[in-house]
Amino acid sequence: MLIPHPLLGLRDAQEFTYLGDAALLNRPDGMAEGAAEAFNDYVYLRDNPAGVHRELWFHEQGDRSWLIVTRNTVTHEILGAELARDVALAAKGGAQ
Amino acid sequence: MTRLSGGLIDRSQTLRFTFDGKSYTGHPGDTLASALLANDVRLMGRSFKYHRPRGVFTAGSEEPNALVELRTGARQEPNTRATMAELFDGLSANSQNRVGSLNFDLLAVNDLASPFFAAGFYYKTFMWPRAFWEKLYEPMIRRAAGLGSLSMQADPDAYDKGFLHCDLLVIGGGAAGLAAALTAARSGAQVILADEDFRLGGRLLSESHSLNDAPATDWIAALEAEFASLPNLRVMRRTTVFGTFDHGIYGAVERVSDHLAAPFAAVRQTLWRITAKRAILAAGATERHIPFANNDRPGIMLAGAMRSYANRFAASPADRVAIFTNNDDGHRTALDLAAKGVEIAGVIDSRAGVRALGQYPVFAGAMVSDAKGRLGLTRLQVTRDGQSHWLDCGALGIAGGWNPNVHLASHHRGRPVWDETLLSFVPGQDGPPVMSVAGAAAGKGSTHAALTSGAEAALAALSELGRTATLPDLPRAEDAPINQQAFWHVPGKGRAWVDFQNDVTVKDIKLAHQENMRPVEHLKRWTTLGMATDQGKTANVTALAVMAELTGKSIPETGTTIFRPPYTGVALSVLGGGDTGKHFRPTRLTPTHDWAKAQGAVFVEVGQWMRAQYFPRAGETTWRETVDREVLATRAGVGLCDVTTLGKVDVQGADAGEFLNRLYANAMASLKVGMVRYGLMLREDGHAYDDGTCARLAEDHYVVTTTTAQAGPVYRHMEYARQCLWPELDVQLISTTDAWAQISVAGPNARALLERIVDGFDLSNTAFPFMACTELTVCKGLRARLFRISFSGELAYEIAVPARYGNALMAQMIEVGADLGATPYGTEALGVLRIEKGHAAGNELNGQTTAQMLGMGKMVSTKKDAIGAVMSRREGLSAERRILVGLMPVDASQPVVAGSHLFAPDAEQKTETDLGWITSACFSPHVGSGIGLGFLADGTARIGQEIIAANPLQGQSVRLRVVSPHFVDPEGGRLRD
Amino acid sequence: MRFSGFRVVKEALTGHKGWRPLWRNPAPQPAYDYVIVGGGGHGLSTAYHLAKVFKGSRIAVLEKGWLGSGNIGRNTTIIRSNYLLPGNEPFYEFSMKLWENMEQEFNFNAMVSQRGILNLIHTDAQRDAYRRRGNAMLLAGADAELLDRDGVRGMYPWLNFDNARFPIKGGLLQRRAGTARHDGVAWGYARGADLLGVDLIQNCEVTGFRIENGRVLGVETSRGYIGAKKVGVAVAGSSGRVMQMAGMRLPIESHVLQAFVSEGLKPVVDGVITFGAGHFYVSQSDKGGLVFGGDIDGYNSYAQRGNLPVIEDVAEGGMALMPAIGRARLLRAWGGIMDMSMDGSPIIDRTPIEGLYLNAGWCYGGFKATPASGYAFAQLLATDAPHPTASAYRLDRFARGYVIDEKGMGAQPNLH
Repeated sequence: MLIPHPLLGLRDAQEFTYLGDAALLNRPDGMAEGAAEAFNDYVYLRDNPAGVHRELWFHEQGDRSWLIVTRNTVTHEILGAELARDVALAAKGGAQ
Repeated sequence: MTRLSGGLIDRSQTLRFTFDGKSYTGHPGDTLASALLANDVRLMGRSFKYHRPRGVFTAGSEEPNALVELRTGARQEPNTRATMAELFDGLSANSQNRVGSLNFDLLAVNDLASPFFAAGFYYKTFMWPRAFWEKLYEPMIRRAAGLGSLSMQADPDAYDKGFLHCDLLVIGGGAAGLAAALTAARSGAQVILADEDFRLGGRLLSESHSLNDAPATDWIAALEAEFASLPNLRVMRRTTVFGTFDHGIYGAVERVSDHLAAPFAAVRQTLWRITAKRAILAAGATERHIPFANNDRPGIMLAGAMRSYANRFAASPADRVAIFTNNDDGHRTALDLAAKGVEIAGVIDSRAGVRALGQYPVFAGAMVSDAKGRLGLTRLQVTRDGQSHWLDCGALGIAGGWNPNVHLASHHRGRPVWDETLLSFVPGQDGPPVMSVAGAAAGKGSTHAALTSGAEAALAALSELGRTATLPDLPRAEDAPINQQAFWHVPGKGRAWVDFQNDVTVKDIKLAHQENMRPVEHLKRWTTLGMATDQGKTANVTALAVMAELTGKSIPETGTTIFRPPYTGVALSVLGGGDTGKHFRPTRLTPTHDWAKAQGAVFVEVGQWMRAQYFPRAGETTWRETVDREVLATRAGVGLCDVTTLGKVDVQGADAGEFLNRLYANAMASLKVGMVRYGLMLREDGHAYDDGTCARLAEDHYVVTTTTAQAGPVYRHMEYARQCLWPELDVQLISTTDAWAQISVAGPNARALLERIVDGFDLSNTAFPFMACTELTVCKGLRARLFRISFSGELAYEIAVPARYGNALMAQMIEVGADLGATPYGTEALGVLRIEKGHAAGNELNGQTTAQMLGMGKMVSTKKDAIGAVMSRREGLSAERRILVGLMPVDASQPVVAGSHLFAPDAEQKTETDLGWITSACFSPHVGSGIGLGFLADGTARIGQEIIAANPLQGQSVRLRVVSPHFVDPEGGRLRD
Repeated sequence: MRFSGFRVVKEALTGHKGWRPLWRNPAPQPAYDYVIVGGGGHGLSTAYHLAKVFKGSRIAVLEKGWLGSGNIGRNTTIIRSNYLLPGNEPFYEFSMKLWENMEQEFNFNAMVSQRGILNLIHTDAQRDAYRRRGNAMLLAGADAELLDRDGVRGMYPWLNFDNARFPIKGGLLQRRAGTARHDGVAWGYARGADLLGVDLIQNCEVTGFRIENGRVLGVETSRGYIGAKKVGVAVAGSSGRVMQMAGMRLPIESHVLQAFVSEGLKPVVDGVITFGAGHFYVSQSDKGGLVFGGDIDGYNSYAQRGNLPVIEDVAEGGMALMPAIGRARLLRAWGGIMDMSMDGSPIIDRTPIEGLYLNAGWCYGGFKATPASGYAFAQLLATDAPHPTASAYRLDRFARGYVIDEKGMGAQPNLH
């Protein structure tokens, strides 16, 4: 597979390490009410879609960026890639 | 005489070769198969199940029958298709899968017993008595099964792996591929043309058709000359593209030296990973046969192959041949062979009313219904309108139509679609988006159609890439339809082979139908159809047609099997790419490696690292003796150990403290500048992940360490936390594991030793207490970092200098500390020292344990949120009763063995009564006996009690006493002195 | 019809006219007592045991494609009970005992072959861990032996002993482990279930669940609605996709695992060997192909195909361990979709929806579990009580903190 790194262009997927669903960005507040349930959902439950999936890849043999890659799990077609940091910052900005 | 005139062989050179020990000759340009045919050899192999005598059936990589063991000794290569083995001087090949000689194979008895070996028979028998399966039946089956054999010597040849990138990859160097490559290369695009053959041209080499009224080879020669002048075109002969992977990545194997005598000057083969923006599949087509009784006699082959042998290799399987066809293409073979002086016994054509295209007898509306000649064809039975007669001939060419080679277009599980006009499957629309198909592979089988479709496919591909190209002038070429009739097999009572190698007959398909194994995957698995080395290239579509006839469904309704890589077999050696032996993984050396080596250290693999395990001295006879000395020397004087392999991460930024606070279970933001704190990291699921130290060198600068094994994963995890979880924090990370050489200096004389190398730095206990850290210089100006931390329980420091000075620093410290007893120690002594002190390491931090089990439950702060904190409070984790304890034998002479399970003294020993296990054990010279660490249920309450360590695996049961895990200095006074 | 050597001979002499279909092709009934979703190994084994052991009747197996088209149709055929943890080992040992008697019980030769599995040891820490595991196996009533380097050399002298990056220091051997003919297992259970009256319905895709008031009433299928008192889902690889139709999210990701077979070779590898310092395991089939594999590709996928880096990685491991197989050729690579669970262990449990039961999360190890998984799932379906050896495979173990994490990798499915 080739991953379209937003800074470096197309890179072989072998340079990356895969983590999983990009929902892992949305870590619950551990000090909040109902944290146990929220963390169970966050740590263990997955949508696991057959289709478009937003997922985390780490450019371990490269620039050490974490990317959010949007990929179809049925065809492996890649629809885009963003820097996870940008997405996380935008989400936090939106929450404020 | 079966060597014909003409052909593309170089008669100026004669090559000697042997087959089954007998010597023959051939010429450059021959394959082993063509050379054997030219030497009157028709019998080349035995089938898999019935050990039927077999001759060569094709002239290409789809060959099911003529498989040989090529070369001898460690280079012996089983199952090599004689059709793909290029002849070289001294080639040696042997037939395979036989007991006795090829002519007289004892296992041919299977053929006589074939009624008992019908499809699926083995599922129905060999069940009683139960024990006989492994002892009798299965060994018998295994011995008879298999094809060629391996020498079981290590492969002596070299292999390589390479990466290529291009705009357009053209797969196949026949008419379509050549036209595509020409069109694309002239446009200036980066083009790769890969072909499995050793000579470009594909079927053009096998046909007598002219191009522009001249031999096709003239056109190819001109093209090759132009190709050589185009630097943007890479022509790769002897290169099989074997798999289509995601996003335009293709696997290919170049057979660099297989056509040469060994030993090779270069690598034997190269694995190429080709990344192409676009690809054109121009892999041609494979001819079909038409099953009839005893259609597997040596001398019976595909008509197109017979034409290849005659036109390209100047060989004929016999002086008098017949053709069995359902289309016009079969007649071409008759014409071509007749033109070469081979006698045509007749063309048996299933179509009524057809006429000869030349001077040969035609049996129209007829079929071949039987064949005679066990070791080589002698006679054919021809049946027309229920009347049969026998026809003498030594070879038969079968022309049943052509199947496009759609494989590489279907590796993404796209299904080919049925074309009722062509009577074949052609590539569907659901193939890889970056690949198009041209020529016979797309069902465009005439030379004209192949050339045109190849060039047009190239134009289209280039236009998708935003490039303009022009259609080249293509040569005038034949464009005749083959007028095929749907005639799939000859009905009859005898055994008619569909899949030759695996001995699957029409009867087997009927039986599968009768037993309701009708879905195509059941058919395949029940009969083994299509599972031989040719993966059904000459069988599958024919089998579908037979099954379709039985079920009354159409062929496309009956289905297709799934195409999987590789297109043809790929040597495991080349897939490994030469990264074998010592090169299997990178080897990382510590900064003091050379020094340690000079000291005679014994090294051990620790992940990718090689670490000094111990430093034997003259007179020491066992490793234990050495390790005991190193341990005692450290506890009595001072020991030095390279601990560079521990991961190091530099953490900087205004929010570095807050960041680490969220990462570690215990508090890190409160750490004072100039101090170090032990840190425990949890995974988000609440289990212990890793431990190490955090040193705060400045308000905004920490240096943290990880375990050796987790250096990579922890750094990745930290970057994940930084970029994905808390991007708003001002913090930056970099791994500095390889930047700093770090040496542990441990023992009562550690301070005295360090005082001799630091540049005027006050090391006194008050100025630099336990858990202090600093940046300083040593050895007159060398930048260094010093941490007062201890893994051994002794007064200890770790000193870090830029990696390139590690070797010198170690040598220097050993030298200046000689009178202090400075002794290097390795990983074994390191292990003993830490077990004696009760420090957890990899065996305890195995990913299954919790902070509580490690005795660190209280370290998990409840005042802050940190990774894993919430989940660590789950019922199952807080209810965990096992905790780290120390263990000593009641009888000091008894061993303590890691991996033993712990039981109450009077308990029955079983899973349900298991109280825990021993994680780490060693002989402790300090204690004077074996000692161990282990996780024990209610361990703290059991201190002082006796327990049983059961190791039934090695017949051991030892009575142990439960003690504190701190065998040395439990109060920790030595650390703080 | 009873299968036997006698029968094979009789049919051979009479032109094979007497062989009957291995199973019927029944039309689906409007309703059943039990509907098993998924005609793979686990579904078929469940239906068989439900009928045979728990005397259930009115049972149907609904299969989207052809019987045995689940991961039982594409795996590396290894059977073993060499687990560490008490939540696993007794279950797999129960499975092993079922393997040992299955063929005689269902009268079908699935070629269960106990030629042993050898897990190689390359470091002292690995030896400690394998010793712990071997002892756990013995304590659960399984068999295990710890071999030293010479013991390994005696079994497989052609392993790379002399030029290895990670030297072989020994191995953990389970002699009762081995392989079985994977399709044969599916067919044996299918035929056995059919003979006991189970309706095996192929080309019948479940497209939805009919759920009212928290209770399942039946399933919508491509062949119409089928009512059911109880529905058991055994569709590993597609569990997420199927259970989503019941509104459930699972602690599972779907990943692709590739496996490989070489061209046929005369016998060289007797048992199963796993490389402890790389990602490679191998056995040799009765037909002569080396059957081998390694790691999963590592990314979520439903594509049933993988990529080149893993093929290379597996081959590197194979060549590092066994340089003598280099001149054998890879014949075929394939990919199967795995239910990779969050702790690497399976789920056999009720769901919050009454009457709906789940068998899932087998990672890449479901084949060896086929007999016990079906037995335990049948017991759960029939009695609403778990089989004692499968009682840890609960869905709520994640929330409650009772994970069964053999590899100690935590909640990251691609590392199990």
